[in-house]
Amino acid sequence: MRIAASGRDTAFRGPGRPWVPLLTTLGASLLQALPVVVTTPVVPDFAFLVLLSWRLLRPEMWQAYVALPLGLFNDLVAGHPLGQSMALWTATFLACDLLDSRSGWRDYWLDWLFAALVVALYTIGEWRVAWWMGSRIPFEVVLPQMILGIFCYPVVARLVVSLDRWRLTR
Amino acid sequence: MAPPSTRRPGFSRRAQFGLFLGYVIAVGGILFALMLLVVAAVDPAGFSALKGAALDATHPISAGGRSVVRFVDGIGSGIGDYFMAGSENAALKQRLESERRMIVEARAIGLENQRLKALLKLAGEVQNPIAITRIVGSTFDGPRRLATLSAGSASGIANGQPVRSPDGLIGRVIETGRWSARILLVSDGASAVPVRLVRDGTPAIAAGHGDGTIDLKTLELGKNPFRRGDILVTSGTGGVYPPNVPVALVTAVNGDRTVARPLADPAGLDFAIVLPIFQPAATKPLSAATQTSLEGAQQ
Repeated sequence: MRIAASGRDTAFRGPGRPWVPLLTTLGASLLQALPVVVTTPVVPDFAFLVLLSWRLLRPEMWQAYVALPLGLFNDLVAGHPLGQSMALWTATFLACDLLDSRSGWRDYWLDWLFAALVVALYTIGEWRVAWWMGSRIPFEVVLPQMILGIFCYPVVARLVVSLDRWRLTR
Repeated sequence: MAPPSTRRPGFSRRAQFGLFLGYVIAVGGILFALMLLVVAAVDPAGFSALKGAALDATHPISAGGRSVVRFVDGIGSGIGDYFMAGSENAALKQRLESERRMIVEARAIGLENQRLKALLKLAGEVQNPIAITRIVGSTFDGPRRLATLSAGSASGIANGQPVRSPDGLIGRVIETGRWSARILLVSDGASAVPVRLVRDGTPAIAAGHGDGTIDLKTLELGKNPFRRGDILVTSGTGGVYPPNVPVALVTAVNGDRTVARPLADPAGLDFAIVLPIFQPAATKPLSAATQTSLEGAQQ
């Protein structure tokens, strides 16, 4: 990294494995192509959790529009109506930007609280989109998935932190 | 963790403009995505080429891994079978006895049925399957219940075709790729299947509940005609699903609400049979002549 007006490379160079965040997010989307047949919505959306973990861990890494192509990929792989993840993920990133500009010091618990809020809103968004697409189901049906998603966030975040450490080592 | 300072790019006009442009793209992208959603709601078959290609691209993962899943599943139940062998053997013998009697009865009924049909000059509706294939995956998050088949338009599968297993109805095809297809399971909230009660022929609608169960809605008000253990089969109304395919088993009756379980459990399925649309004319748009005469009748 070059410090402004210094003329030479200082501090650390570019990270060792810059593709790790992108590839792990795409990989988490591909989990949905796994040959597992589930008849009840209890499994949380891991692609979203991985994305959110990266975003909360490294706020400076991605601008908000990066969520658009990632969401498109998720829509295509998961068979959501096109535009669902694109809209919801980008809105999430904008909300994260808002959080960054408003909050001061943040810690693990505050991150989890924010993640819980975002996961809840995301599940409501998914449910709403399904409603527009003609799948009229009561909200209680997706409630277990939402709660599991909130409790899976720390696990995914821990995984992402260790991936981040691996990414930055040489 | 302290908030990072990189969000404020300082006094550089260029950096400020870049950040601003990023937000413009993001907000524009959200609007574009919402537009795509509106398109999807109006025309669910839109972007079918793109979605079909994506379905084909992920097909190797699903199809390749399915055998692994089945192998692991098999180990668990295999060990269980070994320990339960004695008692299971006795129970099976007993069941075989009773089923043998039932088969004889069924054969007699079948013969009688044939004779009566011949008397009435009713042709038996022969349903040649379009394809026999496997279910290789499903959505596992989100409120929708969709599954993936391991054959697509290359085998003659097209949107709208009903899919069944030997046990019962699975759903209908909603997206097709070249080598894979996506089906709407009967337990999805957007699925509605016209059914009738086997016991007395009461017509009903089987609407998915989104969590693997089915809600039964009667067409007439009043007393709830369902009892626990009732079996429902397709009625053939609407022309999409062929009649007399088993659909669901009633598991609970709470006042007006009747909960049923699909007889074909997609998680344990080996094979899925794709059938042609029962009466293709039923799903076609009306012809121009019919349309004008209908409009004339309304005025």
